[in-house]
Amino acid sequence: MPTTATDYSDVTGSEASLRRFLHGLPGVDQVGAEARAAALGTRSIKTTAKAQALDLAIRMVDLTTLEGQDTHGKVRALASKAMRPDPADPTCPAVAAVCVYPDMVATVKQTLGSSGVNVAAVATAFPSGRAALDIKLADTRDAVEAGADEIDMVIDRGAFLSGHYLRVFEEIVAVREACARPGGDDAHLKVIFETGELQTLDNVRRVSWLAMMAGAHFIKTSTGKVQPAATLPVTLVMLEAVRDFREATGQMVGVKPAGGIRTAKDAIKYLVMVNEVAGPDWLDPAWFRFGASTLLNELLMQRTKMTTGRYSGPDYFTLD
Amino acid sequence: MDFTYAPAPESRSIVDLKASYGLFISGQFVDGHGSSFKTISPATEEVLAEVAEADDADVDAAVKAARRAHTRVWSRMPGSERAKYLYRIARIIQERSRELAVLESLDNGKPIKESRDVDVPVVAAHFFYYAGWADKLEHAGFGTTPLGVAGQVIPWNFPLLMLAWKVAPALACGNTVVLKPAETTPLTALLFAEICQQADLPPGVVNIVTGAGGTGQAIVAHPDVDKVAFTGSTEVGKAIARAVAGTGKKVTLELGGKAANIVFDDAPIDQAVEGIVNGIFFNQGHVCCAGSRLLVQESVADELLERLKRRMGTLRVGDPLDKNTDVGAINSAAQLQRIRELSDVGEAEGAGRWSPPCELPDRGFWFPPTIFTGVSQAHRIAREEIFGPVLSVLTFRTPSEAVEKANNTPYGLSAGVWTEKGSLILHMAGALKAGVVWANTFNKFDPTSPFGGYKESGQGREGGRHGLAAYLKGGDL
Amino acid sequence: MARDTTRIDVRKTYKLFIGGAFPRSESGYSYVVNDAKGKFVANAALASRKDARDAVVAARKAAGGWAGRTAYNRAQILYRVAELVEDRRPQFLLAVQQSEGLSAAKAGDVLDAAIDRLVWYAGWADKLTQVVGNANPVAGPFFNLSTPEPTGVVAVLAPQESSLLGLVSVVAPVVVTGNTAVVVSSYDRPLPAVTFAEVLATSDVPGGVINVLTGSAATVGPWLASHMDVNAIDLTGIAGDTALATDLEVAAADNLKRVRRAPAAEPDWTLTPGLDTMTDFVEIKTVWHPMGV
Repeated sequence: MPTTATDYSDVTGSEASLRRFLHGLPGVDQVGAEARAAALGTRSIKTTAKAQALDLAIRMVDLTTLEGQDTHGKVRALASKAMRPDPADPTCPAVAAVCVYPDMVATVKQTLGSSGVNVAAVATAFPSGRAALDIKLADTRDAVEAGADEIDMVIDRGAFLSGHYLRVFEEIVAVREACARPGGDDAHLKVIFETGELQTLDNVRRVSWLAMMAGAHFIKTSTGKVQPAATLPVTLVMLEAVRDFREATGQMVGVKPAGGIRTAKDAIKYLVMVNEVAGPDWLDPAWFRFGASTLLNELLMQRTKMTTGRYSGPDYFTLD
Repeated sequence: MDFTYAPAPESRSIVDLKASYGLFISGQFVDGHGSSFKTISPATEEVLAEVAEADDADVDAAVKAARRAHTRVWSRMPGSERAKYLYRIARIIQERSRELAVLESLDNGKPIKESRDVDVPVVAAHFFYYAGWADKLEHAGFGTTPLGVAGQVIPWNFPLLMLAWKVAPALACGNTVVLKPAETTPLTALLFAEICQQADLPPGVVNIVTGAGGTGQAIVAHPDVDKVAFTGSTEVGKAIARAVAGTGKKVTLELGGKAANIVFDDAPIDQAVEGIVNGIFFNQGHVCCAGSRLLVQESVADELLERLKRRMGTLRVGDPLDKNTDVGAINSAAQLQRIRELSDVGEAEGAGRWSPPCELPDRGFWFPPTIFTGVSQAHRIAREEIFGPVLSVLTFRTPSEAVEKANNTPYGLSAGVWTEKGSLILHMAGALKAGVVWANTFNKFDPTSPFGGYKESGQGREGGRHGLAAYLKGGDL
Repeated sequence: MARDTTRIDVRKTYKLFIGGAFPRSESGYSYVVNDAKGKFVANAALASRKDARDAVVAARKAAGGWAGRTAYNRAQILYRVAELVEDRRPQFLLAVQQSEGLSAAKAGDVLDAAIDRLVWYAGWADKLTQVVGNANPVAGPFFNLSTPEPTGVVAVLAPQESSLLGLVSVVAPVVVTGNTAVVVSSYDRPLPAVTFAEVLATSDVPGGVINVLTGSAATVGPWLASHMDVNAIDLTGIAGDTALATDLEVAAADNLKRVRRAPAAEPDWTLTPGLDTMTDFVEIKTVWHPMGV
């Protein structure tokens, strides 16, 4: 069992105690949370701070392609871009990871080599999660065996919404166990909530705690396949959760908003929120990621604008 | 990573400050007969402009101009036409919003983020709202007969917003006004005078006389003033109530407060922390309805305070024109002195004082966000209005104790309640003696929503349909 | 009808009405009340400042409970008062005739109007909130409601001339919204007020909700006007006395009482009252709450 769970073993011991715990968490007032998120969004980030923020944001990107039409060629190209996002500028940092379906992991891994860029794989019958546990675990093991450094699993939203919290919990625990490697170099587990389906911020807070107690390394908003995907208020509540969890257990858990973050300005708003809500310790690709595809080029264009003083255009950046 | 925000100052260049300003009487800027005074930027102590100090003769001239405009023009004009002037003013305020916001922050010391996102937009909304009433008064239930000339004296904490609260309903109802802005913050009122000119508002409908207490007294005491509206301290409010005794002048008073912000153990805790911060540090705590007494249920007091302190650590105190500033400058040396005195009293009376580490600028008037813990009802800091960024923290055990403590004050302007239990909110809202109860929110203002206090926090309401009553004959709420 | 000369009638002692009880004046003073023709009718208790103080304490004590009644309940209780006044017609007729020197027919009209006025105000108990309250469409995700609430303890200087109709016309609007009242009756014509107090004592109006002091508004009024635990004052009873009215307004400023100012002359009480008789003694309370999921 993951060490985090031991602190809460009395909580996660039964459906009833888990429910009591999750429903005993402080409520979230939606209007107040949205107002706070909006207020943080009005921070004005200029000059050196902005340059730093853009580079950090690039380093936090999980460059993602999760399409039925993905091919080995496509993901190889994406992996190349991940290592050198701006071929014209060697000072431009690499992204954090490339995020693909499990069957593409080996290809991406091969391309990335020892670049330091991770391979992340969505697993567990992504995006709906509607499959038997065995299949989800097999899906996970498959990706881990192919070399995935990180597994992005989806929770069973149906189980969560019908109040079967323990089932969700146990599934996360099982998937985390499936992330283990014989050598001990376990894949990191990101747990996707699909907050657009959970709807309320109270649910976001509860599911965040549930996942953290189950041993998630990261908690992640969305698959990108459901609207709304990541939003500032949802991310705010998740950042509060990881902050409070560290306060309670001493352990840090990462946060990954995914989907819908398209502009550099948006990305900077998220970083401001990370800074002021969870704290500067989370301003690190080890603890905060952006699940995105088009965001990267927007960040690059802004970065170029900062260095050249003029606005750039999409023709000057590669599509993948 | 050290993610320090570089300064993001709003440009001052949009504001065209004159070296000196006269009085605005009968549509013209005129020299006063009295002396003049300087208005400074509280953030830097830099002199912004020289402003005329209206004497009795100037006030008399302004009242005469208002009377003339009322008799000859404004009271005769159909409401639908008055409405269009007010709509015009609302639009010009929107068009010149950046300029107004910068000027307000310069003269008052409040963060540009607040003047830009709260004060000025709500000012425009207020004119827009009351513009629409001007030709619908017969539906409001207070008659349609204006009082005549309204003498209005406003404070320095929300200079332009308080002007809007006073001028918009007065004009909509067909009154003309003589308004005195506070002596430390006259500039946006003078810019508003310019806006009246731009709107071609008939001369004398709005008159603005700058000055200090003496000018205000002259307005209140002027025999041809039919209505007195004042926002400011309870002490001055009482003096005004005495001054108008026996005169039959109608009075609206918007005075001090010592609001309780009550947090129950089942509160949405992160939003409650935001509400507490917004309640006491918004506008440097220069807010009559500030949540200056935090009443927290004992069972969550430690956790809440820990979160509150952490949150206070992220507040950015400094240059009001920096878009990232959360807490600006204290409005004046005198106010800073008062805040310091009462805080020292709090410490001397044994309350625990805490402020986050924050560097304050060398020049100007500054006070760090401060909380006092272990405060009891008997402490002066729990009873007197500090009107600064200073929060007194008290605890309670049961809802009835919370109500008792909250109501145990001569004030009754506002109160806050934080709990996820709906029936408790409604119970508390009913039991609290306060004109405005914010439940699971705080410091929200809207033109449609009446605002005003019980007991020594004032008389009458401003805003909403109820706000019309103050400016119509026979209109009592 | 020949009077039975062998029997000495039992005269009534007219007392104050404070907290549901009928005490004599704390001071021990009383004063002579004559009828309109100057003939002795009774000794009435002369309320002192300490009686006023006691009455305020009683009114404050009753305030929470009375304001906490449902509006429907307050309506029923006031309507019941009207029933009881109707039930005591002969006694009130006599009191009004004696006090105001009216013919039986005129006194009957006054009594009818007074009873009808009570019924009129009783009906307002559960309607004023609907008429003067508002749902406010604020520009944000908030539920926003303004409602009238009682201001608290109200001192009422009742009219000097209209001893019954005037009295109920100033008392009913104060208490119907949930305030409690300390009433100083007409000085020269206090007997209808005392009889009214006796009706209140046998009605369902809780003790302390309406307290009736007989005596001088000029003497007791200043103590009520300056009393820091009185929330509002109605100066109708000193109509025309601008010097006293000014003094009382000044005194009332000490705690910013809501003041219903003294009119130049006593109003025509037969006219249908305006809502201001009630709204002068309410506070508009506005409650905000977010709307979210």
